[in-house]
Amino acid sequence: MTAKATNSTSWNEDVLQADGPVLVDFWAEWCGPCRMVSPILDQIQAENPDKITILKLNVDENPDLAMKYQITSIPAMKVFNKGEVQTTIIGAKPKFALEQDLATYLA
Amino acid sequence: MRHVIIIGSGPAGYTAAIYAARANLQPLVIASSVEAGGELMNTTDVENFPGFPEGIQGPDLMTKMQEQAERFGAEVLYDDVVDLDIAGPIKRVTLGSGAVHEATSLVYATGSAHRKIGIEGEDRLSGRGVSYCATCDGFFFREREIAVVGGGDSAMEEATFLTKFASKVYVIHRRGELRASKIMQERAFANPKIEFVWNSAVVDILGDEAVTGLVVRSTVDGSERSIPLDGVFVAIGNDPRTHLVHNKLELTPAGTVWVDGRSSRTSLHGVFAAGDVIDPTYRQAVTAAGSGTVAALDVEHFLASIGEAGAPDPDAAEIEGLAEVDAA
Repeated sequence: MTAKATNSTSWNEDVLQADGPVLVDFWAEWCGPCRMVSPILDQIQAENPDKITILKLNVDENPDLAMKYQITSIPAMKVFNKGEVQTTIIGAKPKFALEQDLATYLA
Repeated sequence: MRHVIIIGSGPAGYTAAIYAARANLQPLVIASSVEAGGELMNTTDVENFPGFPEGIQGPDLMTKMQEQAERFGAEVLYDDVVDLDIAGPIKRVTLGSGAVHEATSLVYATGSAHRKIGIEGEDRLSGRGVSYCATCDGFFFREREIAVVGGGDSAMEEATFLTKFASKVYVIHRRGELRASKIMQERAFANPKIEFVWNSAVVDILGDEAVTGLVVRSTVDGSERSIPLDGVFVAIGNDPRTHLVHNKLELTPAGTVWVDGRSSRTSLHGVFAAGDVIDPTYRQAVTAAGSGTVAALDVEHFLASIGEAGAPDPDAAEIEGLAEVDAA
């Protein structure tokens, strides 16, 4: 299972009302580092299907959410839990570094 | 064991890979997990790479280089080097995954990393209005006022690019003239959205949760003033990425990896370096590519000299001669 996409329409259901932690990757087609981090997030999702849900949000197509969450730099990864942002990770990182940042969720 | 491992996947690394692969050395390229393709992955139009009269997008150029290397048998790994054991005849490269790869020679082409201003607000507000990548983050500053810090080509390119989004772009530069090439300067000067703040150093970036402004100090009379704005793009240059070879390879006073004359030979037998990591001066995609060529030819010559991978290449031998004349 790789990370799925979300959008403004399904945001409440997918993210805010979800059970358990949801990592949202704010990305765009024109962002080189986003393209590098995307397959890493797919791997982390595939290896941890029950611990965390990873979703991708295209900021070009969903500028309202990018503005609401004050995104000024991508890739930006925010972990939501019970509707609240618990963790923010900014910038592309290697897999082992992302796993460290997400250790509390992946344990 | 391999003939050669190339660390780095910018123009130097991939060009070395193209040459080494064409020489049947089946190079392994460690491309990095998130920075594969190098600096050019974060640029837009590359207008000065020969052979592309209409210009080419940086990421497209790097994809083509990679395809060219792979076409001849180079193998590319998306992982990061965490440790190097390169003093002996067998060069060992440990990756983030834990895998260890061995080869008789190594090309170190890790390029350079963006330089920070080195002030308190910079780290704190990084990703909160402070950015090092205009192409990644410019989009989020539509109709806002922002600043680009720096006076070189990349600063001018970023400033010009950012006017697509921002209502105003300040260019803050320590001196009263630019280092940037004439064409980039003229483009920036002609852009009505760009305002130059000359002879000024950034001494503070303001804001709690997000950037709200910055403080500049005049390099002429020391006076300070603040400029309210929403974003700061730092483009003040790069530092050679030598962290993996500290205390292993000799460095120059400029901080680059030392190489012998015009060759790519480092202070260690069988270890070669190429691209921005050896170049404190030119740092162009084309010079890095040329430097990668030198490294691959030096590797070929080295492998032949230790009796590996065929007879010496007459071209490489000639280059060896040149380097010796230089050093003399």
